[in-house]
Amino acid sequence: MSVGLDIQNLGKVYHGSNGAVHAVEGVSLTLAPGDFVGVQGPSGCGKTTLLLAAGALLQPSAGQVTVAGQNPYALTPEERAKFRAANIGFVFQQFHLVPYLSVLDNVLAPSLALLQPGVEQRARELLAQFGLEPRAHHVPAELSTGERQRTALARALLNRPKLLLADEPTGNLDRDNAQVVLGALADFAQGGGAVLLVTHDAVAAQCAQRIVRMKEGRLVMDGSAASDGSSNA
Amino acid sequence: MTLFRLILREVAYRKLNFALGVASVSVAVACLVGSLAVLRKHDARTEQIIAAKETETRARMATLEDDYRKITKGLGFNVLILPRDQNLSDLFADDFASRYMPENYVERLATSRVATIQHLLPSLQQKLKWPEVERTIILIGVRGEVPVLHADPKKPILEAVPPGTMVAGWELHRSLKLKSGDKVKLLGRDFTVGKLHPERGTKDDITVWINLKEAQQLLGKPGQINGILALECVCAADSLDKVRAEIVKILPDTQVIEFQSQTLARAEARRRAATEAQAAVEHEKQNRARLRQERESFAAVLVPVVVVAAGVWIAFLSFGNVRERRTEIGVLRAIGVQSRGLLAIFLGRAAVIGLVGAGLGFAAGLLVGACWHEGAAAVRVAAGGQDAKLFLSVLAGAPVVAALAAWLPSLVAAQQDPAEILSRE
Repeated sequence: MSVGLDIQNLGKVYHGSNGAVHAVEGVSLTLAPGDFVGVQGPSGCGKTTLLLAAGALLQPSAGQVTVAGQNPYALTPEERAKFRAANIGFVFQQFHLVPYLSVLDNVLAPSLALLQPGVEQRARELLAQFGLEPRAHHVPAELSTGERQRTALARALLNRPKLLLADEPTGNLDRDNAQVVLGALADFAQGGGAVLLVTHDAVAAQCAQRIVRMKEGRLVMDGSAASDGSSNA
Repeated sequence: MTLFRLILREVAYRKLNFALGVASVSVAVACLVGSLAVLRKHDARTEQIIAAKETETRARMATLEDDYRKITKGLGFNVLILPRDQNLSDLFADDFASRYMPENYVERLATSRVATIQHLLPSLQQKLKWPEVERTIILIGVRGEVPVLHADPKKPILEAVPPGTMVAGWELHRSLKLKSGDKVKLLGRDFTVGKLHPERGTKDDITVWINLKEAQQLLGKPGQINGILALECVCAADSLDKVRAEIVKILPDTQVIEFQSQTLARAEARRRAATEAQAAVEHEKQNRARLRQERESFAAVLVPVVVVAAGVWIAFLSFGNVRERRTEIGVLRAIGVQSRGLLAIFLGRAAVIGLVGAGLGFAAGLLVGACWHEGAAAVRVAAGGQDAKLFLSVLAGAPVVAALAAWLPSLVAAQQDPAEILSRE
């Protein structure tokens, strides 16, 4: 069976002036295509480290990460960048749109790394999907918060990734916009993609099929969202 | 979406950073182009000045030559007509000619149509011992000036010595204490002392002039003379040959030599004038060369300093740009842009700065060159054909230099760790 993301015994140690810090330790997590997994936990528990390691951005100190059947850390940095462009989409809490590019150009930004045929058509489809067509030529500063996050989401989906990593994507959004974003993530999962959502928001987490909890760098619970009655909000 | 589009959008967005970078490149390029334009203009102006100076010199030389010709025209040539078989070495050694010719030659010459001759003075000369006073003297028999019949009557330049009188040179009358009116005996004949010449510092000081007929009698050379002095022969400058040819045609058994003429002085004066004019041109050339050297030296210091300063400034601005775009770098890396792509973005941006700066700086440099106070005529030369080549060189060179200056900051951008950036954000 092919997997969207497979993490086995992941460990990450940061070496600082105050000694080694084990940000993540012995974490194993598997997302099959179509899985929508929420990650919850207190600040500093290692959620973002897990996300970056899963996104082929942070070399683990231990364990193995496989995305779409391939270990990205076995690749050279340049190959890994290309791999990210083809397989992984990112959505951040702060959107991280390029401030001087229009909405359309921001959505097209991943084509700088991987130019696929019909990419502009795909970008316009995404703009239409997220109701951003009228804003296609506006720069981020001219957009509402929800529009910015939808733009970031469209950018993440441009290259039809197999894995979507979202770090608090609804943290700055109102309820309606949050629903739009979460709905889009759910749609992506339903379309066969794997979604790993890091969030503090219990409502957002409820949209996931499965929730994992982290504490002090370790997974302390892995279960379905429906079985998780507690709220971390 | 392309890297170039991204670069242009960013440039348009961060206008101040871009403008500061462009300004520094413009100043550097303007210094380079301006210096070259000023030097080229200097060269063009030098050519103009030297050409004008040479033209002026040629004109002055022509005027000078004409002036000398006019001034010395009146002086004419002095020529001495001698028997053809007279050995010139003997003449110069003995101070008189030892060969003789008929006295009537002078009449033949005077009645001829030799247009160039003004005054004719026949003489019979001999160096001898004045036995009565025990002195060596030069005795010259003269008959005064023979009028040139075809020419306008002129005041004689030499008076005839009346028979029975003598004219004494300075050394003779001084040492013999002769006075006008004194009676003296020469070769057994009585003479009354007439004029007494002042000191001349020549052989004239030991010369005695008497009437030609008496000299012929005293020397036993009746009807004979040994020289005809033709004074102030007027003709075109440097045409002694013409005078010779005319005289020898009339008196075939004579020879003509130039005698204490003004032509040598004329030629010397012209030569000196030419030398001075040439020296003036050389002096001007040296002045211009020195000035050019000074300007070249100044440019040789200024241009590298400004280029290095512009490079440092671009590096500084690029570092600022990298710092400002840290998050953007992290995101671009996260979405798959490779480090060489980031390198291209930042180097490309520097190259655009260099390109725009080169264009503006080139125009500014030409403007500086054009406004440089070397005279309006040189402006056209300064903006001449070499500019296209220079423009292309600057257009190619400035982006490369700017990219090199931005190399280190670009490398820093390309090596940023996206995980570190995104985890902090």
